[in-house]
Parts: sequence; structure tokens; C-alpha cells
Amino acid sequence: MRYVFKKCGTMLLTLIVVSLCLFIAFWLISGDPATHILGTGATPERLQALREELGLNAPLFVRYFRWLKGFLTGDLGTSYVYSLPVRDLLASKIPVTFFLAVFSFVLVCLIGIPLGLYTGRHAGGRADKIIMVCNQVIMSIPPFFSGILISWVFGMILHLFAPGGYVPFSKSAPAFFSYMIFPAIAIALPRAAMTAKLLRGSILEEAGKDYTRTAYSRGNTVNGVLFHHVFKNAFLPVLTFLGMSLANMLAGSLVVERVFNIPGMSNTLLTSIGNRDYPVVLAAVMWIAFVIIVINLAVDLLYRVLDPRTAQE
Amino acid sequence: MEKTSFRQRFKTYVSHLPHPGYFRAGLVITAIVLFVIIVGIFYMPYGPTELSPDRLQDPSLLHLMGTDKMGRDVFSRVMYGSRVTLLVAMGTMIIGAGCGILIGALTGFYGGALDEVVMRIMDALFAFPNVLLALVLVSLFGSGTFRVMWALGIAFIPSFARVVRSEYIRCKHMDYVKNARLQGVGNLRVIFVHILPNVKGVLLSNLLIGFNNAVLAEAGLSFLGIGSQPPYASLGQMIAEGQEVFFRVPSCVLGPGIVIVLMVLGFSLMGEGIRTASGTLEE
Amino acid sequence: MDRKEEVILEVNHLTIEFHDHDTPERVVDDVNFVLHKQEILGIVGESGSGKSMSALAIAGLLKRHALSLSGEILFDGTDLLTCDRERLRSYQGDEISMIFQEPMTSLNPLQRIGHQMEECLRIHHKEMTKKERYDRAIRTMTAVGLDDAEKLYRMYPHELSGGMRQRVMIGAATIARPKILIADEPTTALDVTIQAQIIALLRKVNVKRETAILFISHDLSLVRQLCHKVIVMQKGRIVESGITEEVFEHPEQPYTQALIEAIPKVEL
Repeated sequence: MRYVFKKCGTMLLTLIVVSLCLFIAFWLISGDPATHILGTGATPERLQALREELGLNAPLFVRYFRWLKGFLTGDLGTSYVYSLPVRDLLASKIPVTFFLAVFSFVLVCLIGIPLGLYTGRHAGGRADKIIMVCNQVIMSIPPFFSGILISWVFGMILHLFAPGGYVPFSKSAPAFFSYMIFPAIAIALPRAAMTAKLLRGSILEEAGKDYTRTAYSRGNTVNGVLFHHVFKNAFLPVLTFLGMSLANMLAGSLVVERVFNIPGMSNTLLTSIGNRDYPVVLAAVMWIAFVIIVINLAVDLLYRVLDPRTAQE
Repeated sequence: MEKTSFRQRFKTYVSHLPHPGYFRAGLVITAIVLFVIIVGIFYMPYGPTELSPDRLQDPSLLHLMGTDKMGRDVFSRVMYGSRVTLLVAMGTMIIGAGCGILIGALTGFYGGALDEVVMRIMDALFAFPNVLLALVLVSLFGSGTFRVMWALGIAFIPSFARVVRSEYIRCKHMDYVKNARLQGVGNLRVIFVHILPNVKGVLLSNLLIGFNNAVLAEAGLSFLGIGSQPPYASLGQMIAEGQEVFFRVPSCVLGPGIVIVLMVLGFSLMGEGIRTASGTLEE
Repeated sequence: MDRKEEVILEVNHLTIEFHDHDTPERVVDDVNFVLHKQEILGIVGESGSGKSMSALAIAGLLKRHALSLSGEILFDGTDLLTCDRERLRSYQGDEISMIFQEPMTSLNPLQRIGHQMEECLRIHHKEMTKKERYDRAIRTMTAVGLDDAEKLYRMYPHELSGGMRQRVMIGAATIARPKILIADEPTTALDVTIQAQIIALLRKVNVKRETAILFISHDLSLVRQLCHKVIVMQKGRIVESGITEEVFEHPEQPYTQALIEAIPKVEL
């Protein structure tokens, strides 16, 4: 229990450090938002009035805390470009992106772990060799490229879905899911291949350890050794990898949303980067950072549950 | 004479690798990609930005990969774009590995408060996907080929720093280091002359993996429209542009896409071929 | 010595060859011996003499496809080398158990001690209830000298010392009351004082549980303390065998003589 509190404390600290770094970085780089909004032709009086209005005259730390308080209460500031609350710009988009990432993550687990178990169990066999070569190829295909190929094969040839015809969840849940499965596959494929490969290697490494021999000496079958002894040990490094993958798939879904024309954060974020619309970029990035830090916490805690040795420190 | 003996040695080296088949396949694929890139430096069938009225043509002898919607020869653009991608990936590796080694070596060797602080930051950064980190940096510094290279380079520092640091922590108490210090060798010399060569096995496999990640990240960023700016070609951007005409001229997308896959595949197969040999399974 | 001279294990012409090099490497060459009921048989020899390979072959732990095995290992009328896997597994852990050199790594780091203690029962005695298994585990742990068994039952291997882990290994190996316990250098990784305790424990297991023990060691003084009979191996062959005291008093082979002379003499 103390460990949980300690970890949560570290997480809060990381969050504050990350947000402060981001805030300062954007503040240093962004220059004067007032000039940005009004253009260089604006009169000094008007600029001054706008700065006052935006609260830009306060010291940096005051502004940081003001921003942090806003962030925590859901007030993410105002877009320079659209003059709309950032919250309104992002509110409908964040869930879509997160859903895509989580969906892909579930697929990674569903494909990668059984495949890793199978290839680890039958290492050296014909199926294993074929799967390993396929894995190597699949790992080399970037999701945006496989996304296009998938929409070609499943959309144009097999007519299983209409590429570009995204249906929002609120309109029809089944249509939403059946559309999202294709981008999710595109994101999941390389990660699932990596998971399988990592798990296979990890199983083979554990298979050479002494406790495996002990397990055999007690009359376990190969499957008994694999599932009662090796799997849990072999899964530990995979767990860390999966945690990183989930974070990675958030970035991946930003890219793949483009391919499948999904109204997630991708377009808003990239347009804002292009427009130097910093409140939007900062809010979006901070959101993603927040999620990634929470994922890391969850992985740490799960690791702790699975591996009693980490409790000893 | 000299040449044959080198070839002979290389062949023996390859045949003693844990997976010579993988390594040979990777070598062949990489050689093909490099050949295309190198030829492209001296000769391209058309200029990569050269417009022509022959728009959206299917692959033919005149246009090996067809032409895009502006009539530009896809094959020439792939030649140019893969050069850009390769250079960005190499630059990324030089920046990322260079700074990463420096940071990892110093923090790992000296330890202490500085190590604690720097590695906390590295750990926090490491949790963020490369593409995302680069995206943040690009949004700070602006886009463009060169800036993307720097952004990716910085984004890759933590992965190298962490690995190198843990290797230095492992090595610094070894007998050969103690021996060197007893002989009065200075710290910096110990760090870079004595320990660094012993870390190269781990570093090599990380470079191969890192290079692949850099290629994929660059392609992803340029697919998003960040990186090399139009009209200059980069592979990811060509795919993004080709997507709308994919169903009419598939080679607009397939050409650059397959080159990305081959570039990554070649290196990852080579890495797979030598993997168990250098014993780099992380601890 | 009132042991019944009943043979429980018979090894005939056991030969093991590795085939991963150009020329096959013979690590065990025509080894013959018998193990009687409730006997402690020592196998000594330097590293590479083939003693561990023989032990692993008897325990059924050599991968059959990786090397060529010939000869026969008869247990209960069954040849362990050629019988089907299912049959072999039914003996492993139930009739023939093994403990290893490295107690630090031979236990599964992620499983509780109690769970590992009970594994042989879970595999071979499915009729037992959870409660029965628990009681048996606690009794066995107490019997192998682990105090506070209820508490240890819930602990993990990393919380135990090397000596305690080896006791856990012995307990887990003998919980199903096997006829044969193969101990492959069980004390090599331990401190000298702990070594003596483990030797005493093995003797106790032998007497109380009537378990025959195949004791593999390079330490002749331990073999002399513990074993009724001894086999001396060199380069895969048996060079000498017999009653322990006789072999130690009157070694016939120069190799055995050299080994015995190499034992550090303790002046009292």
C-alpha cells in the first residue's frame, strides 16, 4: 500500500515536471500570442489590451498555475486561431483517438500473445519458422502504408467496409466498431508481431533456466511447464513492452487517422502545429502525456503484483 | 589477393552467424536499396520535381513506377525520397547515439545526483513515443527536413542513454577498469578508450533497431506533412499524396511504401542474423 | 545393514553421445550399475566425467532428440529410455525425484514456496483435496527442518537463504514419497556448515522415508560420510565401484587413488 502511494506521488511529480517543461518550452518558443492573434500591424495599445485580457502580463509561474488549474478543471484555454475554447475543439476528438489506440492495444494482446506462446512452444518447427519470417516482414510495414493496403483489400476488393466512410459512435455503434477495426488492425499489426517475437524469445530464454528443469523433473508436461511456470516469468518483459506499446499506439493512431479519415485529434493537432496555435498543441500534448504517465503507473503497479521480487527494495 | 581473402573472411564470418540465412537476405535487400539510392545521386530518369503532361500513368518502361497526379515520375521521386529518408535516419542516429552515448557514459560512470536528475528526465522522455516527441519538438522549432532530423535525433537520445548507462554501471566495477585506474589512467580515458569498446556489441544492435525506428518515424512524420516540404519528395509524403489516386495508379503508393519496407526489413534481418551472436538480449 | 537387497533401478550399457559436432562426442560410455532399495549410492568423478549426464538420463531430463541415448535404464520393469513420455512423466516427481546444484535458481521465482512444495501432489495425486495437500506440505516442510512452515508456505524463494531453498527443494522432491531421489551436487553451492546439515537431512530422508538416493558429487569426503556404495567415473566410464569403505581403504585404480589422495586431510 505504501508502495502505491509512493508511486502515485512520483507520478504527480512527473506530471508537474512534464507540464512545467512543456509550458515553459511553449512559452519560450511561442513569442507573443497577442501579436500572433492581431498580426504585426496592430497598434501597441490594442496589443497591450489583449495581453491584459489574456493574462499574459502576469509572471510566468502565476500563469503556469493559472493554466494548470484550468487544465485540471477542464478549461484548456482559448485557441488563437479559431478564438474558440480549446476544450470545444478537442472534446469530441480525444475519445476517438484514445478509443482507436485502446482498440489496437486489445488486438495486439489478442494476436501477439497467443502467437508468441505458439511460436515459443513450437520453436524450431516449420510453422514457427514461417511465422518468424512473416513477423520480420510485418514489423517493417509502417501502419499508414498497411492502412492503405488494408482499405484497398478489405474495402475495394472484398467490399467489407467503405474506406473514408467513418460513422460516429453516437450514430451507430456497430457501424462505428466495424469501421474502426480496420485502422486498429493497421496500427496493431507491427506491434503484435513485435509482441509475439519478444514473448517467443523470452519463453526460450526462460526455458533454459534451472527452474524449468525442476518443473520437468516433477513430471510436468511441456504445456504444464509452459503455462504453470514459464509463461508468467516470460511475460514480465512483455508487460513492460506492452505498456510502451500502448503509448506508442497513441502516436500511431494520430498517423493512421489520416489514412482512414477518422475525425480524431490528428487533424486538429497538426493544423494547430502548422498554425502555431500553441494553446491547442499544449493542451493536446499535455493530455497525451497525462495518459502515458498514467499507463506507466499502471504497468509499474501490475509488475509489482506479478513479480514479488520487486517488493523487496 | 587482398580482396579475395577479405571476401573469404567475410563469408566465413557470415556462415558462423547464428542465423546466416537472415543475415544474407538482409544484406541483399539492403544492397538493392542502397544501389537505387546511390544510382539516384548520379542519375535519375527524370527530375524529382519535373512536371509533365503525362499524369497518372501506369508503370511502363518510360516510367517504371508510373507518374503521379502532377505528372512527376514516381520512380525518380522514390530515388530522391529514399535518399532523404536514409540521410535523415543516419543523421538521427548520429545525433541520438552521439548524445545518448555521451550522457549515458558520463551519468553511468560518475553516478551521483547529476545521474539521478538526468536519468529521471531520460526515463520520463523514454516513456513518450519517438514520433510524439518529435512532433512536439517540430511544433516548437518548425518543420523542414533538417529540423525533423534534429527533432528525431533528440527524441532518440533517451533510448541510447539508458542502454549505455546501464552498461557503464555494469562495467565500471570490472577488473580491467580497476586495473586501468591503478595504472593511473584518467577518468575520461577510462570512459572512452577502455570501456566504450566493450559496449559496442550492445550499441550495435541498438543502432540497427534505432535506425529502423528512425526510418519509420521519419516516414510517419513526412506522411503527416512534417519534414521535407513539397515539391521535394520524401517517401512518407509521397504515400500521403498518392493515397487519393491509389485506386487509379497503385504504384504511386506501392513504390515508396515498398521501398520503406525494404529499407527497414534489410536492416532488421541483418540485425536478426547477428542478434544472438553479440549476446545482446537485454540482461 | 539389514537392507533388503531388492533392486529398484538397473542401468545397463548406458551410452550418451552428443552429435552437435562433426565427430560424435561420447560423454557416457557403457555405464552399468544397480541401485538397491534404501541404498545411498555415490557417483564421484571430476567435472566432465559424465556423472551428471547419467543422473539427468535417469531422471528423464535429457532431451531425447538432441543426443543419442542407448542402453537401458530399468525402473519397475520399464525401460525409461524407450518408454513413452506419458509413462516417464508418471514416474517423474512421484517415484523418481531430483534435486540440483543451484538452489538459488532451481525454484520458480514467481511462485510461493507452498505452491512449489505441492506441485508433485497436484500432478500425481489429483485425488487429494486442497486441505490434504496443504497438511502434507506443512508436515514435509517441518520434516526437512524448515521451522515456521505456515509462514514459509506463503513466502517466495528470494526471501529464503540458499540452505533453506535446498531444504525446500528436498521437501518438494520427496513430498510424494518417491522411491529414488537423485541429488546432483546438492551441496556444492552452499557454505560448509550448511553442507553438513544438508547431508544429515539426506541421511534422514533415506532412513525415515526409505528413499534410495543417488548422490552425485565431486567431493569424496562427503561421499564417504554419506554413501553405502560408490562408483568412480572418469571420462564417461566407470573405473571402479564397490562398498564405500572398501573402495576408500583399498582403491584399485590409480585414478581412484589419486582422487582419494587429493582429499585434504583433517588432522585431529
